[in-house]
Amino acid sequence: MKDIIINVIDELGNKHKIKSPLEMGLNLMDVLRSHDLVEGACGGMALCATCHCYIESDHELADQGDDELAMLDQLFTIDEEKSRLACQIQITEEINNITVKIASPD
Amino acid sequence: MIKTDIIIIGAGPCGLFSVFEAGLLKMKCHLIDSLPIPGGQCAEIYPKKPIYDIPAYPQILAEELVENLMKQIEPFKPGFTLGERAEKLEQKDNLFIVTTSKGTKHEAPVVVIAGGLGCFEPRKPLIENISEFEGKGIEYIIKDPDIYKDKKIVISGGGDSALDWTIYFSKIAKEVTLVHRRSSFRGHLESVDQVNALAKMNKINLITDSEVYEIIGEKKLEKVLIKNKQNQEFNLQADFWFPLFGLVPKLGPIKNWGLNLEKNAILVDTFDYSTNIKGVYAIGDVNTYPGKLKLILCGFHEASLMAQSAFKHVFPNQRSSFKYTTVMGGIKGF
Repeated sequence: MKDIIINVIDELGNKHKIKSPLEMGLNLMDVLRSHDLVEGACGGMALCATCHCYIESDHELADQGDDELAMLDQLFTIDEEKSRLACQIQITEEINNITVKIASPD
Repeated sequence: MIKTDIIIIGAGPCGLFSVFEAGLLKMKCHLIDSLPIPGGQCAEIYPKKPIYDIPAYPQILAEELVENLMKQIEPFKPGFTLGERAEKLEQKDNLFIVTTSKGTKHEAPVVVIAGGLGCFEPRKPLIENISEFEGKGIEYIIKDPDIYKDKKIVISGGGDSALDWTIYFSKIAKEVTLVHRRSSFRGHLESVDQVNALAKMNKINLITDSEVYEIIGEKKLEKVLIKNKQNQEFNLQADFWFPLFGLVPKLGPIKNWGLNLEKNAILVDTFDYSTNIKGVYAIGDVNTYPGKLKLILCGFHEASLMAQSAFKHVFPNQRSSFKYTTVMGGIKGF
């Protein structure tokens, strides 16, 4: 199974390089949660923002859907250029070597 | 006082299925939920979404799952206290008393917490002294709109809730100001158009690309300070400020019940999903243990093992006789 690399900066500023398999239909929140890096309380339905992160690399990501935009709009720690909900980002080859920074809880 | 064998906190799928598993062992259940309808997230958040990992159902809508569960537990005649949040847990001899936000008391030897994501609480702005003004001019939930008649009101937010209340209060308040961090709104188009029209007619003040950053008052709220994206600051007299930034799931009062917690979830023993308080169990999304998976089907499994253990707790001198439902000659309810 092919892996991609995800670079993560956690809330304390520590850096992690983690591997994720491509062919399991995972999203970024699933991967971050399996490494105890986010809570992902709602299980990926864009309902809780406990997987809010900032995209620090210049990867082109698929546009946000209405649910994600509505949730991001309510956060106080939003960065309009970088904020995303990890649960809405699918693990694909296009995001190989992406760098994400975990946001502080709102 | 409502008396039963098992008090179940949370009427989501796992709470509902617990009634069935307990019923097979002749134990009666009463469910408490802060939502006004049974079904938890399935009913309130994603009723029309299909679920694909319920065994023997290639696909089932969340609302259909709840309907089926309600039908499945019907013979066991569960009681419901809906629209009330479980606030307090007390222990008296071998019994627990659970009191809700409306003061309803429930008594049972066993409590099962099947609270899912917990309670949805308002997301609060990051302003240092905000808690000092809660109930003294700052409200996150508008319960009785008549209180705000002829008052100066500031509303923050860009979603449907902020838009709807702005429209409502434009008719009865002395002055309404809507403050939003962006220039565009994310609510229903009709509401956005209505708010823009009200602003054009000077029926409301609309301040975009701005946010409230400080609150001032002696004994109650008097003023809010607002800053825009160009860092210009100005103040606004206000009797009330409603920050409407949606809801965030929190464990709620349960976190103060003396249960062992980890990562905002209740730690349980996977032998029977019991907590550190004897007689209190936690099942479904609200619990955690090594290898935990937040799946409805895992919650169902947890409910069945919990029920066996709860039976031994309620009837220590009786042997539970496990039977397959296929050999029971039908489900015998109460």
